[in-house]
Amino acid sequence: MSEEALPPQAAQPQGSSRRRLQALMVKEYAQIRRDPSTFLIAFVMPMLLLFLFGYAVSLDPRATKIALVVQDESAAAARLTQAYVNSPYFSVRVLRGVAPARDLMTKDEIRGFVVLPPDFGASMAKGAPRPIQIVTDGTQPNQATFIASYAEGVRANWVLGELEARGLRGAAPPIDVSQRVWFNPGLQSRFFLVPGSIAIVMTMIGTLLTALVVAREWERGTMEALLATPVRMTEFIASKVLPYFLLGLASMALCTAIAVTVFGLPFRGSIFALLLIASAFLLPALGLGLFISATTKNQFVASQMALFASFLPTFLLSGFIFEISSMPWPIQAMTYAVPARYLIPALQTVFMAGDVWAIILPNIGIMLLFGFGFFFLCFRATRRSLDS
Amino acid sequence: MTLPNLTRLKAMIMKEILALLRDRKSRMVLILPPLVQLLIFTFATTLDVKNVDIGLIDRSGGAHAQELVQRIQGSPQFRDVIVLPSLRAMEEAIDEQKVIAALIIESDFDSRIARGDVARVGLVLDGRRSNAAQILAGYVNGIAMGYGAELRPEMVKRAGASEVTHWYNPSLDFKWFTLPSLVAIIVSVAGLAITSQSVARERELGTFDQLMVSPMRVHEILIGMMVPPMLVGMFNGILFLVVAKFAFGVPFTGSFLLFLLAMFLYQLSLIGMGLLVSASSMTQQQAFLGSFLATTPLILLSGYAAPIDNMPDWLQVVTYADPIRYFLIIVQGLFLKAMPASVVFHQLWPMAIIAAISLAAAAWLFRARME
Repeated sequence: MSEEALPPQAAQPQGSSRRRLQALMVKEYAQIRRDPSTFLIAFVMPMLLLFLFGYAVSLDPRATKIALVVQDESAAAARLTQAYVNSPYFSVRVLRGVAPARDLMTKDEIRGFVVLPPDFGASMAKGAPRPIQIVTDGTQPNQATFIASYAEGVRANWVLGELEARGLRGAAPPIDVSQRVWFNPGLQSRFFLVPGSIAIVMTMIGTLLTALVVAREWERGTMEALLATPVRMTEFIASKVLPYFLLGLASMALCTAIAVTVFGLPFRGSIFALLLIASAFLLPALGLGLFISATTKNQFVASQMALFASFLPTFLLSGFIFEISSMPWPIQAMTYAVPARYLIPALQTVFMAGDVWAIILPNIGIMLLFGFGFFFLCFRATRRSLDS
Repeated sequence: MTLPNLTRLKAMIMKEILALLRDRKSRMVLILPPLVQLLIFTFATTLDVKNVDIGLIDRSGGAHAQELVQRIQGSPQFRDVIVLPSLRAMEEAIDEQKVIAALIIESDFDSRIARGDVARVGLVLDGRRSNAAQILAGYVNGIAMGYGAELRPEMVKRAGASEVTHWYNPSLDFKWFTLPSLVAIIVSVAGLAITSQSVARERELGTFDQLMVSPMRVHEILIGMMVPPMLVGMFNGILFLVVAKFAFGVPFTGSFLLFLLAMFLYQLSLIGMGLLVSASSMTQQQAFLGSFLATTPLILLSGYAAPIDNMPDWLQVVTYADPIRYFLIIVQGLFLKAMPASVVFHQLWPMAIIAAISLAAAAWLFRARME
């Protein structure tokens, strides 16, 4: 129902707008405080996610279990074995035959194995070492790639050391690639996963929690009661948005503090930029949450919609873990419609690189556009649903 | 405990199945998530790195440098090589994520190669995307090694090499990992979500008390509530197996009977957890949040999101309580490794223990809540 359609006296609500908004906020605050699910989503879930992404989801190889099949008794083979045992990336089990290694791999107890062939030492002494075999478990492709390159790395380094010890010059490969990693020299996956999990936390508060709470009001009919009072539509939406906006920012601040103090993430940007980015993202997140609740008016459906329209895309299609450029083009096209796609690079930049406005500002602009779009839909949906 | 009365049990099961299927909203949960997950997960969740742009500062301009650049340009992982005029421009391009890495070829690159010295190339990587950057560095290293080996074959002879084979998935097709794992993930999400709603729904609707005053025994009620999610999970699991095998060509090398047996135990353990959540929630909303709160760590700790080997030791111990961990090994093994029964059983008994504990706990809580 539009305001124009109201009789003139109804369009002139009594009391000041500020007082009405204040009253609504007090109501919303009481509701948040009394509802255990708010506490769960706004505080328990963020802690859990941060903890899991800080510790459990690590893409950095560390003590990967492999076997070393040593078929050669030479001193050279023993030294290479030692090199593998000393590597921090592998936890090595030394075997004599390929058959037990195959068994262990079937049982999932090792992720790969390296075979030192019988004449390894002899061929090494002759100056033309036989190639070693690296076999990985391809059922986990990412890990298999890492094992192949790290295992070869251990071998190549060891040979270089051996040749140099014998005084042979020019043992190094003719082209040497020396790499430098900016922003994250230790290449810790945690540095990009933890900012990503902050994006998920804000999605959950902005969309999931808002959709649930507002849908419950629709479901119980208290929404109609509210809208029958002299509250204006803008005041009403503001009263729904503001508390969750603040809750989202508070949760973001808490997560950031933990990310920096507990997980040792750098914070090279400014707090101002972070606030700007978070605020710009919360707008589309809240808009979507309100829109979902206004169209579904049912807690269960709203929760499912929020999960599929917002939580999963933020997880999968935002570039948080999975590289967008590697996806097939229809999926790449879909990612442009996911607000979190614009949040992730901005968050990663403000944590690791600093205030690179050339990245931050365009992304903020797009997120704001999404926000206005969702709020427009939300106004329309709320009006229409009152008419029907 | 007496044996369940079959007539009563049948009635209870029918009631639960109807409750699940008659509600439009719950029907949606049965169909939508599996479809969305199948499509999006299969195509989006790849840790491959493809089609990336790389920057280049070529101070040498020589023939060898050009050859190296051309080989990088020609490799399928890279889309464009963007020539950058200065270090300042490089800094900007990386800061603004126009390129994920930049190659710096020194001015003496060609002369050093001609002299037989080590020619140096610098590679600057954007650590904000450290996983992609690392994989990319591997590609560049491989190309440089390959070219170096062609330039000085005698060096390669002296330094040796390694031959890499990937078993079970020779071309490391990511779909061969995603689709089998998806069987485990989708069943866990659906299983927990559906089960956790069951008791909570009765309680919210007020029909829980009616159930209590009926001649139904507690274990009959619980079994009745377990059957629908079990059927839905079986349906989803088998559907995904068929799609993976016939639509995406992922080989299924193991025994189908073992798959069914493993599915059964896996689902029992999940349903036990779902009932536990359900019995401890007062409303459907709490049940939804509870299952969400349980599913997330179960999936992230299972070894699907990241290898368990990479976790700190104390957290690796925690993963032993995660049923998805065991089923993931079984399902990957049955698809790709032709995993024999003895090995499957080795992963089955921990799931059986988890199922027994969670079901017993759920029954206990259910009884306690009745009073």
